[in-house]
Amino acid sequence: MNFETTIGLEVHVELKTKTKMFSPSPVTYGAEPNTSTNVIDFGFPGVLPTVNREAYRLGLMVALALHADITKYTHFDRKNYFYPDNPKAYQITQAEEPLATNGWLEIEVNGVKKKIGIEEMHVEEDAGKNTHGDDGYSYVDLNRQGTPLIEIVSKPDIASPDEAYAYLEQLRKTIQFTGASDVKMEEGSMRVDTNISISPIGSDKLGQKAELKNLNSFNHVRLGLAYEEKRQAQVIMAGGSVRPETRRFDEASGETILMRVKEGKDDYRYFPEPDLPAFEIEDDWINEIQSEIPEMPDKRRSRYINELGIPEYDAGVLTQTKEMSDFFEATIADGANAKLASNWLMGEVSAYLNANKLDLLATKLTPVNLSTMIKLIQDGTISSKIAKKVFQETIKNGSEPKAWVEQKGLVQESNPEVLTPIITGILDANEQSIIDFKNGKDRAVGYLIGQIMKQTHGQANPKVVNKILMAELNKR
Amino acid sequence: MISKNDVTHVANLARLSLSQDEIDRFTSQLDQIIAMEDELSHVETEGVKPTTHITDEVNVFRNDVVVNDGITREDLLSNVPETKDGLIKVPSIIDKGETDA
Repeated sequence: MNFETTIGLEVHVELKTKTKMFSPSPVTYGAEPNTSTNVIDFGFPGVLPTVNREAYRLGLMVALALHADITKYTHFDRKNYFYPDNPKAYQITQAEEPLATNGWLEIEVNGVKKKIGIEEMHVEEDAGKNTHGDDGYSYVDLNRQGTPLIEIVSKPDIASPDEAYAYLEQLRKTIQFTGASDVKMEEGSMRVDTNISISPIGSDKLGQKAELKNLNSFNHVRLGLAYEEKRQAQVIMAGGSVRPETRRFDEASGETILMRVKEGKDDYRYFPEPDLPAFEIEDDWINEIQSEIPEMPDKRRSRYINELGIPEYDAGVLTQTKEMSDFFEATIADGANAKLASNWLMGEVSAYLNANKLDLLATKLTPVNLSTMIKLIQDGTISSKIAKKVFQETIKNGSEPKAWVEQKGLVQESNPEVLTPIITGILDANEQSIIDFKNGKDRAVGYLIGQIMKQTHGQANPKVVNKILMAELNKR
Repeated sequence: MISKNDVTHVANLARLSLSQDEIDRFTSQLDQIIAMEDELSHVETEGVKPTTHITDEVNVFRNDVVVNDGITREDLLSNVPETKDGLIKVPSIIDKGETDA
């Protein structure tokens, strides 16, 4: 029997605001436990929530970037459940009239493009964080309680673990470019839950789905789903049936492990939040936000390829993050050659960031300094070999390349009137190399260039040296 | 009709432990309440928009500005039975893991 796979993804993304969704306490990361909280986050009796306008605005921005229809008349609802990370015993969310519906993203897997639908997205508040002690108790930190979230629910259009991976990558990039969130899984500002079912090919009924949790990276999502695909097929082939259950991905074994079997449907007894009035989202506001959305990564990518002549792969890497893409654009806006700028960012800059585990914006490198350095290479002031030294200095210490090159005497020597006497001097001292050259031994040229470079401390312009050397050799 | 199972279910969702007596008592009480509320379903509501709020106010937003109300963590934790290093100590909840936010 052959099966087809249906995957659903529920992605929670923290919206980048100063304060919480429903209270004016600060949103922090890594603060002392329970210090970024107030009476509203703690759910004290009599407190009232208020909606953070910026959080709603960022939610709308994400929705618009995902081509969704904005819900004009909306309200919040209460989702009731008892759990220590949620002291009010309910979460304020949008269940009935979500922020937006019917969005989509385009993904590409193995060169094939596909539109993945987004069912709906809504804004809500995050819960606190539980840690489990080895003393038989759990410990609750409510700093995260109330952090604004947008939840994005995909339509059942995703048909393979690779498509799920591509969808997440595309979603992350899109949201990152809007600036609405950091979308970092390692910091928890993006979290992914998935469900997966398989059914015989051609069947018009979806199979029983299982949920998959504890996915800490996009790659775990892909590996977990791939394992689950196989596991469910084996269960069905053996005459069994998939149970409605929640499983978690075990990093060490690469397997999914049963967490719990779902008995009955979750019963959250939703009802309209009485403490918050309703909302009428006005067209003016939507249009204003639409006009503030920066150019999206796919558009930038094709512009880099078509207008700047950047290779496809490179253009893809440059548009992975908005920081990198903005940096690239600022560098070429300052006059650097686009291909050189791309090569430097993809090569030396990325290598430096990886080696030092840094974000681009955490270094001292500025677009103007990078472009100044590239222009020094372009006009022959420095060789690309010297440029590597200049680069290290600039990214580490923030030195202005032109001033530093002059101060350190690293300017490349391109003047034939200076270089010719040096070259003829070296030829005079190396009769054997000239004989070797005449006998067709190319190595002799390399040796002579080495000698010239040695004498000029590597500052001779290799192109000019080569030209003069060949002319002088042919004279003899 | 409200059944005893419904009452047990709702009590369970609210983490309430009820005695057999209480289950009987609440079943009959809740049944009467539901019967009374059921009257509402007889009202003609054709063409009437659902009422989610009783105020006509819309679009009440707060600006994204931190407000320090001067209430300290110690004040906030003063009703917490037991704390440890500023964390709230609760019975082990390892089974379910994190919630569905």
